Amino acid sequence: MSTQSMTNQDAHAHGHEHHEHHDPVATKVFGFWIYIMSDCVLFATIFATYAVLATNYAGGPTSHELFELPFVLVETFVLLASSFMIGLATLAMNKGNKQGTMLWLALTLVLGAVFVALEIYEFHHFISEGAGPQRSAFLSSFFTLVGTHGLHVTSGVIWAIILLIQIATKGLTDMNRSRLMCLSLFWHFLHIIWICVFTIVYLVGAI
Amino acid sequence: MFGKLSIEAIPYHEPIVMIALGGAALIGLAIAAAITYYKKWGYLWKEWITSVDHKRLGVMYIIVAIIMLLRGFSDAIMMRAQQAIASGGAEGYLPPEHYDQIFTAHGVIMIFFMAMPFMVGLINIVVPLQIGARDVAFPFLNSLSFWLTVSGVILVNVSLGVGEFAATGWLAYPPLSDIQYSPGVGVDYWIWSLQISGIGTLLTGVNFFVTILKMRAPGMTMMKMPMFTWTSLCSVVLIIAAFPILTVTIALLTLDRYLGTHFFTNDMGGNQMMYVNLIWAWGHPEVYILVLPAFGIFAEVVATYCKKRLFGYTSMVYATVAITILSFLVWLHHFFTMGAGANVNSFFGIATMIIAIPTGVKIFNWLFTMYEGRVQFTVPMAWTIGFLITFTIGGMTGVLLAVPGADYVLHNSLFLIAHFHNVIIGGVVFGYLAGFTYWFPKVFGFKLNEKLGKASAWCWIVGFFVAFMPLYALGFMGMTRRLNSYDNPDWHFPLIVAAVGAAIIACGIACQLLQVVVSIKDRHKNIDETGDPWGGRTLEWSIPSPAPFYNFAHTPVVEERDAFWHMKEKGISEQKPAEYQDIHMPKNTSAGFFIGIIAAVFGFGLIWHMWWLAIAAGVGIFVTMVLRTFNDDIDYYVPAAEVERIESQRYQKLSNQA
Repeated sequence: MSTQSMTNQDAHAHGHEHHEHHDPVATKVFGFWIYIMSDCVLFATIFATYAVLATNYAGGPTSHELFELPFVLVETFVLLASSFMIGLATLAMNKGNKQGTMLWLALTLVLGAVFVALEIYEFHHFISEGAGPQRSAFLSSFFTLVGTHGLHVTSGVIWAIILLIQIATKGLTDMNRSRLMCLSLFWHFLHIIWICVFTIVYLVGAI
Repeated sequence: MFGKLSIEAIPYHEPIVMIALGGAALIGLAIAAAITYYKKWGYLWKEWITSVDHKRLGVMYIIVAIIMLLRGFSDAIMMRAQQAIASGGAEGYLPPEHYDQIFTAHGVIMIFFMAMPFMVGLINIVVPLQIGARDVAFPFLNSLSFWLTVSGVILVNVSLGVGEFAATGWLAYPPLSDIQYSPGVGVDYWIWSLQISGIGTLLTGVNFFVTILKMRAPGMTMMKMPMFTWTSLCSVVLIIAAFPILTVTIALLTLDRYLGTHFFTNDMGGNQMMYVNLIWAWGHPEVYILVLPAFGIFAEVVATYCKKRLFGYTSMVYATVAITILSFLVWLHHFFTMGAGANVNSFFGIATMIIAIPTGVKIFNWLFTMYEGRVQFTVPMAWTIGFLITFTIGGMTGVLLAVPGADYVLHNSLFLIAHFHNVIIGGVVFGYLAGFTYWFPKVFGFKLNEKLGKASAWCWIVGFFVAFMPLYALGFMGMTRRLNSYDNPDWHFPLIVAAVGAAIIACGIACQLLQVVVSIKDRHKNIDETGDPWGGRTLEWSIPSPAPFYNFAHTPVVEERDAFWHMKEKGISEQKPAEYQDIHMPKNTSAGFFIGIIAAVFGFGLIWHMWWLAIAAGVGIFVTMVLRTFNDDIDYYVPAAEVERIESQRYQKLSNQA
């Protein structure tokens, strides 16, 4: 790791001294990776909390009674499809295809928004049945875990909208390329988190 | 309109608070008047507030730290005075609810708003210079981190005059901190000041991790990094891994208080011991976040003033990494009395004792570096020697506390208080003050007064022992922490001794402040012409003092550990380069400042349940962020001729000296 990065720096330093001796885009993406690692710890902490409280029903509804797997499967496929779309957006960007990038990015965010809408529907359904976050420690942690993921997806959708405007006005500049790279990392990361949510919360909870 | 806020929130009937507020207001007005009189607002705005220069940000962090040190220390003096008076059932001068806020504020301020900013300030100033970089990886983010920290500082200080602060102890354990038992805004001040500044700290962690891994000068492999950079790296790794846990823990407590969820409540399936586990899963790494950079400072100081290379560099690196990993495996020793059972307690007890091994390695490395070296007894060395003795004692009492059986007796007693002050003052504070003196000339271009520095070190060292050794004894005598009055007459004498110790420490702080004032007055006498006032070994001493804003005219090429020492040995350290090139630099920005200030308003709105204000401020933060991303004009080039002009001044000075 260290020797590799050193040779990179060497090449840059000798190549064009008047620039910084590191590649700003690569640094930015690397920095974003580190942020994602810290976000990973954040989710790990909430998962641990959920694991501790998952059966503290306090006489209220249980996970077995609440969860409907077919609905969650739909949510999962919507998110999976949006992950696929952002992959296509990245490919289009690498080919320098601005229109294609914007189209796939728009589809990504639409599917992301659909996912958030489905989640809001599910939350509303639970709350109207008297299974809100105040009902028991299990429900507090369920809403917090799934809601934190949902908030992340929401901020990803907003980010995508801003990025669309930026690509439309300024094109596929270095800055916008690195932003799309970061957004795509973020999006795939959220999908991995969702897989864990699906398995640990819904699958384990429903059986 | 104003949520829970009303005129009743101003504690005008409490003379102590009003005097403190009046004093602070007068000082603030005086400073503002002085700035206006000297017409410095524009300078302050252009050169400091909007600055993204890591050195300037570092200086501002340390100024914040010193101001908060004064506030945290006045809390300490008040507690010592109260306990010296309130014997035999006497009430003393502080009512219980006020006393509870004071011990809470003391802990919160000293850890989050004194030690953390001091550490981040030193890392900001030193790390880019040590690795031969022109700035950090993300300069704007760095400014944002600072202003988020300031946001937390503002909230803590506002709590003094508007409403109250938490009366729960510095970690705000539920159920006491739940809305049921703490219905006031104190805990909310605690929540939002820590949450906002904690995000700033996390961003700092990411920033410096990337800076150290990606921006080192060519040739500086990991095992050629200066020791302070190594310990900073390990410290920021801990920040990245531990601070998200704090964020979640505080967020869950927030949900319990604001939305009525049941994470930590007594009923409906909540589990308050989960809070204690979570907060210490962050809290234990936190103490290593603070102390590792201090270890790095001692390593630099010892090697420089003994004119020897650091003894056992490799073992020092491995010891640091070992401590980094072990710090995540010991959190349960903060609550052996939870009753997790003999197996769990012995695992955590043994893991805790194991930390003493890498720490011991470090102590011997410093000692062996001094052995047969030409030790110069400068101010940083005085702090270092004070540290070696004090910290070793604190480490030993820590191993005592790591024995679960002993901990059952000593848990929450003054023995514990004495132990952690022993390691935090002896390790962290002495280390940062050594670093402050050591790197001061690099930032300001002149050295600090030696006599007052030594006086300060002596007062601190002696004062520490007088103030805290009685607390060890009081722990054995059965005195628990956080008592605002007591009826056991045997405790009275040791508490008076402890108060005297606190007064001696106050002299140390006064000497330190006086030192800065006197040194500024005598700056022409103590000027550092060469940029290398101590005969340094690492790259920060290869550039002029004060360091130019672009740091290095040419990116240095590193061949050896102690790169600058090696250059001096080869006789190439004062070589003038043949030509200069344009330097790429980030532009200043006010976005970080505005986001930080609006974040404080955001927190204030949430604390007082003024939802419209919180929403408006939230939108404000979002808009500022987005506007910032639409700004492409964020960098510029310093022309080569300008670089040559600045650099030739230094070579002129060097040849004058010769």
